[in-house]
Parts: sequence; C-alpha cells; structure tokens
Amino acid sequence: MIKFKEKLSGRIFFALALSSISVLALITVFIVVKGAPMLGAVGGLSWDPEYGEFGIIPMVIGTLAVTLGAAVIGVPVGICCAIFLAEFAPLKMRNIFRPAIQLLAGIPSVVYGFWGLMFIVPFIRDHLGGAGLSILAGSVVLAIMILPTIISISEVALLSLPPHYKTGSLALGLTHWQTIYHLMLPAAKSGIMAAVILGIGRAVGETMAVILVLGNAVAIPDSILSSVRTLTTSIGIEMGYAEGMHQEALFATGIVLFVMIMIINSLAQYVVRKK
Amino acid sequence: MNKISIERLNFFYKDKQVIRDLSLEIEANKILSVFGPSNSGITTFLRSLNRLYDLVPEARMEGLILLDGKDIHAKDVSLTELRRRVGMVFDVPTPLPLSIFDNVAYGPRLGGVKSRAKLMETVEEALRMAALWDEVQNRLDIPAMSLSGGQQQRLCVARVLALKPEVVLLDRPCSGLDPISTAKIEESLCELKKRFTIVIAPHNVQQAGRISDRAAFMLSGELVEEDSAQMIFSNPKNSRTNDYITGRFG
Repeated sequence: MIKFKEKLSGRIFFALALSSISVLALITVFIVVKGAPMLGAVGGLSWDPEYGEFGIIPMVIGTLAVTLGAAVIGVPVGICCAIFLAEFAPLKMRNIFRPAIQLLAGIPSVVYGFWGLMFIVPFIRDHLGGAGLSILAGSVVLAIMILPTIISISEVALLSLPPHYKTGSLALGLTHWQTIYHLMLPAAKSGIMAAVILGIGRAVGETMAVILVLGNAVAIPDSILSSVRTLTTSIGIEMGYAEGMHQEALFATGIVLFVMIMIINSLAQYVVRKK
Repeated sequence: MNKISIERLNFFYKDKQVIRDLSLEIEANKILSVFGPSNSGITTFLRSLNRLYDLVPEARMEGLILLDGKDIHAKDVSLTELRRRVGMVFDVPTPLPLSIFDNVAYGPRLGGVKSRAKLMETVEEALRMAALWDEVQNRLDIPAMSLSGGQQQRLCVARVLALKPEVVLLDRPCSGLDPISTAKIEESLCELKKRFTIVIAPHNVQQAGRISDRAAFMLSGELVEEDSAQMIFSNPKNSRTNDYITGRFG
C-alpha cells in the first residue's frame, strides 16, 4: 500500500511538471504554425496592413532603440546601486533599501506606463520639445523597470564572492574603493553581466508600460525624441482586430520577438556558465 | 628600541572581552611566536596590529599600540600605509582571482609603481624570498588558483613581501599544508627575519619551538608569559604554560 502511494505521488508530480513544460511547447508550436506562412513577408520597411504591407523592420529598430536607451540609463545606476548595497550601506539602510527595490519589481507595468505618461512625457515635451511620446520616455520608464533585476542579481554576485578576497586585498593596504574596482568587480563580472542581460531581456519583452509612452508611430526614428513602435506594442495594439494575413503577420512578429528573447536568455546562461 | 610596543590592550567584540590587559614588547628582526589553544584571542591580537579588525563594526579596542614609537590609532596615521608596513598572511591561502604575477604585483601596482620592469623586479625578488620563484618562474601568467595549497600560501607570503613591509604577521600560515610545504615556509621565515620583524601564530607547539626567537603563550585572552623561546619551551615559569607545552591540555 505504501509502495503504491509512493509510486502514485511520483507519477502525479511528474504529470504536473510535464504540464508546465508542455504549455511552453504548445505555445511555441502555436506561434510558429500561425506565424510561419508570413515569416518571409515581414522583412520590409513599411507596415500598412490595409494595403498588404507587413514590414516589421521599423518595429525591430524601435525595440532595439528603446532597449538600448533603457540599458544606457539603467545599467550604470543599477550597478552603482548594487555596489552601494553590497559594500557601503549600513545594515539599517540596507534593510530598508532591499525590500523597497523588490517592491519596485512588484508594481504592475501599466502603472509604470501611466506614471511615465503623466510625468516623463510632459517633462520631455516641455523641456526638450516634440510630442513627448518618444524613445527617450520609453527608455526612462524601462530603465526604472529593469533596475530591480539588475540590482538584485549584481548584489548577489558581489556578496557571494569569497570574503577573503576583500580581507586579503585590504590587508595589502588597498583602500576599500580600490578593492571594489580592481578586484571585486572583475571577480563578479560574470554575475553582473548576467544581471545586465536579464535586465535587457525584460526590457525587450515589456509591452504595457511602453504602449502608453512611445506614441506607437510606425516609422524609422531619426532622434531619441521620435515616436516609435516596438514589436511587443505592435502585437498588443493590433491583435484585437486583426484577421487573415494581418493576424499571421502579427504572429510572425511574435516569432521574431520569441527568438530575440531566447537569444538573450541563452546569452545570460552562457555568461554565467563560462565562469 | 622595540619595533612594536603594546600597552594594556583590551579588546571587545560587542560585550565579549577577547583580550585582557595585554602588554608586550616586540623586538625587531626576531621571530615571535604567539601560541595557545584556539579561542585564546591570538587572531584578534594579530589583526589588531594592522587594524584589520576595523572591518568589524562591533569591535572595540582599548589600550595603546606603538609602531616605532608612534600610536597606530593616531589621527594622522594612514590605514593604507600602516597595512603596507605591517603585512599579513592568513591561515588559509587567499590568492586573488588573478595570475601569479598580478597577485604579487597587485599591491605595488596600486601603490603607484607603473613601470613593468620595476614591477617584474619586485615580483621576482618577492617570489625568491618566499622560496617560490624556482617553481613558477616559467608560468607567471597562469591563474594563481591553479597552484597547489602550499604554493598558494607561499604566493601569499610573496604578495606581502612585495610591499616591502617592516613587520610580517602570519596567522597559522601552515595549518592546511603538508609537511614539505611547511618546511619550505619555515625555512624562508628564518631567512626573512634578517630583513623583517615577524610575528607568527604557529599551528602547533612543535612549530613554535622550531622557528621562534621569542615566544608568548596566550590563554583565554590573557598573555600568560613571554620569554625567549629557549626558556619557554625548556623551563617555563608559569605552570599553565608548562601544562600546555607538555600536552596536558589544549
């Protein structure tokens, strides 16, 4: 009887584990089947579904521009914050900062978008010109959204270094900052790289927040104040009413996005393993 | 004049007192062994000499430590300079995740030595003094982590020597090493005392007997007695020292 129970519970857990993997497989198959017919037709520069033009290059450029902007703003801030938390912050301050940063990760993305629309967009419109709905606005909002990922993973990378690196270096008469810059950061490099790549992965996949602040114009941008559309927002905006070839083109967009994120995540895995 | 004078040193972690009223004179160019059972405050004592306990927020010290007659806690003392003058080797080898060359060159380089030739010279000299040069001279660029434990520890000795310190503190430097590596380190220590003042926490009484000029026995944070090594190991004044040396406890 006991043996039977053991076997049964093993089977149940296996079935549940299998179901979560199979969902991944199903989604992949679904997207590929729906999008594959149009995959060859999405290489163009112009997106105008009513006239049968399904080029997603502007969206690819939009995604890359917004993500790059988010990384340029978010990565330095995130890494500095992680160094501060791991090395300089007094215990009490750390105990306030850490949960606060985790809370940042829990805010729904539409709230970030709404906040960006109410504060960042008008700020850019008033001080830098243009409509305000722009790459810059999207980058700022995304930069804040990827901070928790970058900070917490980099901080763990720094804290998990053997303590003797630091003691050894300080005993050699190096200052705290020299120790961090010349020893701890290089030693934690792979963890910090992984943090950055995962942050970027999050930025690429984000939809709701950027829908509200990018303006969503399908055009190749000429400055950081231009309005753009990303791959995710394109799907988010049009999928509700799309039919036929249009719908298939959106699924093809999904394939492109899927592949981009797969590449980014495997890059992160590779960087961590290479260590 | 003595290299280091310690007057009535008391040391606390939070409320726990780990060193009681310790006064000691450390002579230049001698090897002083500070020995005793574990938890006697020996590591804390060594770390107080280069102020490495500054890292521990709950630590508190009373008393006076003079290096060449100057208080090491004086406001105008640079911590960087103090730690360069009073170098430290730890109980486990602590190579940094760098090449052999960079491990030794790390301190001098960040101390401002730029020229590669000068660095090379310093590194070679330090590795020779630590009796490691012959084993690694052809592979200075490999990661220090790939050396054996004994070689890593000698590398750590070389790393400290490259800073041209005046005092070298060694905290049970041979505790994880095989007898041959231990012998090599002991041999180089006896050579090194010509140029440096050495304070060592030996990993056992036998080692203390082999290498020391002076010896100090510590027990539960107290300095029981300090004398020439010959006296301590042949004819200790205090019965507790005698009991420990003869193996009745500890």
